[in-house]
Amino acid sequence: MAKQIEVSDLDAYYGSHKAIEGITMTIEPRSVTAFIGPSGCGKSTFLRTLNRMHEVIPGARVDGKILLEDQDLYGDDIDPVSVRRTVGMVFQRPNPFPTMSIFDNVAAGLRLNGRRSKSELEGIVESSLKDANLWNEVKDRLNKPGSGLSGGQQQRLCIARAIAVSPAVLLMDEPCSALDPISTLAIEDLISKLKNEYTIVIVTHNMQQAARVSDKTAFFNLAGQGQPGKLIEMDETSKIFTNPTQKATEDYITGRFG
Amino acid sequence: MTTTIHVLQPVSMGRRVKNRIVQGLVWLAFAIAVVPLVSVIWLVVTNGLKRFDLEFLTHSMRNIGPRDAGGGAYHAILGTLEQVGLATLISVPIGLLTAIYLVEYGSGGRLARSISFFVDVMTGIPSVVAGLFVLAFWVLILGLGYSGFAGAIALSILMLPTVVRSAEEMLRLVPNELREASYALGVPKWKTIMRVVLPTAFTGIITGVMLAIARVAGETAPLLLTVFITDSINSDPFDGPQMGLPLYVFDQAQRPNITATDRAWTGALTLILIVMLLNLVARLISWWRAPAKGR
Ligand SMILES: Nc1ncnc2c1ncn2[C@@H]1O[C@H](COP(=O)(O)OP(=O)(O)O)[C@@H](O)[C@H]1O
Ligand SMILES: [Mg+2]
Repeated sequence: MAKQIEVSDLDAYYGSHKAIEGITMTIEPRSVTAFIGPSGCGKSTFLRTLNRMHEVIPGARVDGKILLEDQDLYGDDIDPVSVRRTVGMVFQRPNPFPTMSIFDNVAAGLRLNGRRSKSELEGIVESSLKDANLWNEVKDRLNKPGSGLSGGQQQRLCIARAIAVSPAVLLMDEPCSALDPISTLAIEDLISKLKNEYTIVIVTHNMQQAARVSDKTAFFNLAGQGQPGKLIEMDETSKIFTNPTQKATEDYITGRFG
Repeated sequence: MTTTIHVLQPVSMGRRVKNRIVQGLVWLAFAIAVVPLVSVIWLVVTNGLKRFDLEFLTHSMRNIGPRDAGGGAYHAILGTLEQVGLATLISVPIGLLTAIYLVEYGSGGRLARSISFFVDVMTGIPSVVAGLFVLAFWVLILGLGYSGFAGAIALSILMLPTVVRSAEEMLRLVPNELREASYALGVPKWKTIMRVVLPTAFTGIITGVMLAIARVAGETAPLLLTVFITDSINSDPFDGPQMGLPLYVFDQAQRPNITATDRAWTGALTLILIVMLLNLVARLISWWRAPAKGR
């Protein structure tokens, strides 16, 4: 069940430092939205506000409103834990749980959120690993440690772990930046496949990747050192890459800075 | 004007000599450090093996006259196991919870900083003082008398800072990414700590606990003030004086007879073996837990 996200006038702080300012955008369900922009412009920060992971950092806080369909993520009575169950996340560096086997890694979200029968778990683990294009590579060693896999496999394991709890939205923060080209391709294939069921948001430093996998692209930029990052423009990916409205966007995608 | 010409040169004589000298010094330092260790072990083993027999392990000193051979340390072994076991039961939960608070919840706040300060202060408490404290408070003021448990309290005061510090260090080594990965799956913080952070730090925490146990297992002074000394078996650590291996060694070594001196050596050997055995068990536990096991 993919869901729409509507962000209005969002600011995020680390202590007194304002990292992003005045972000307003709509993220469509069953599509891939890419965030691009130079380092330090607040892409990761913004992504983490979308599942309330931002506030995990001591001193970090958020101002503004984010609606998931019709519910305010930052509403007074909303439990951040339930937000994270609905909006899953894949990190830049693969981070499988080192004490757990491949099977346990994928089952972790379900197990830690309540009891499930073994057969139910087995079914979900298998389908998640299949969705993550990893099943064939690991089906014979499900009880081996997840940390024994290659970097690309670990990242797909993390994707399987994230989709096993069937979130409505999947956030990915530069999921391929630590991977070789073949694993990157496998993950891009996976993203195109997953977008039929999920709302996907991906941060990437790779223009070709953004152009290949995303339907919409949002370009973020900094006004200057120490200034908060802002959303410069957001549009259909084809439009951003061929005919952007803003000069800064054009400069960035043609490689003139950043 | 000179132009630099790049020529690859062999390692100069000076550097070769320096390398040799430093290498020699490192070996010398290593040898000096090992000499006392080896000679202590050698002395304890050669002297201790004389009486290391079944009688020693299964009998107490009850009804053994001052000049008699025979007798054993069963009462002392039992006492040490109970006292150290109880001390571990007291200090590990408190120490672990303190470490969890410091790392996962305190995050540099006022309370965390003062707890940290007092843990440092505790590290510096001489063991006699811990014994005196329990003697004054538990034995004299509360009038509860000498007992293995009083000794366990004194030992746990000594164990606590070691447990807190080592557990804290191990918890800090757990990468933040694992906590975030767990939060991102919608797992609450306490469950993340229980199911992700603690298992990841488990091996290190066990090692720290073992070091703490090894440290207090040989303490004599605090036990002398709290457990007192007996020649008979007392299996109830909550009632009356007990024995402990360090006390046994101390007691026997003071006696003028060679039979007693032999018993003291064997007591020391037994203590070393018990600590080594515990270490081995800890290794086994962490080896068994370390890699991800089946479903
Ligand atoms: N944990 C943090 N604590 C304090 N400041 C942070 C933290 N993470 C990021 N920042 C700051 O927030 C700004 C945006 O960073 P980030 O969101 O990581 O940018 P991006 O992902 O676009 O490279 C930067 O100025 C960075 O220094
Ligand atoms: Mg980033």
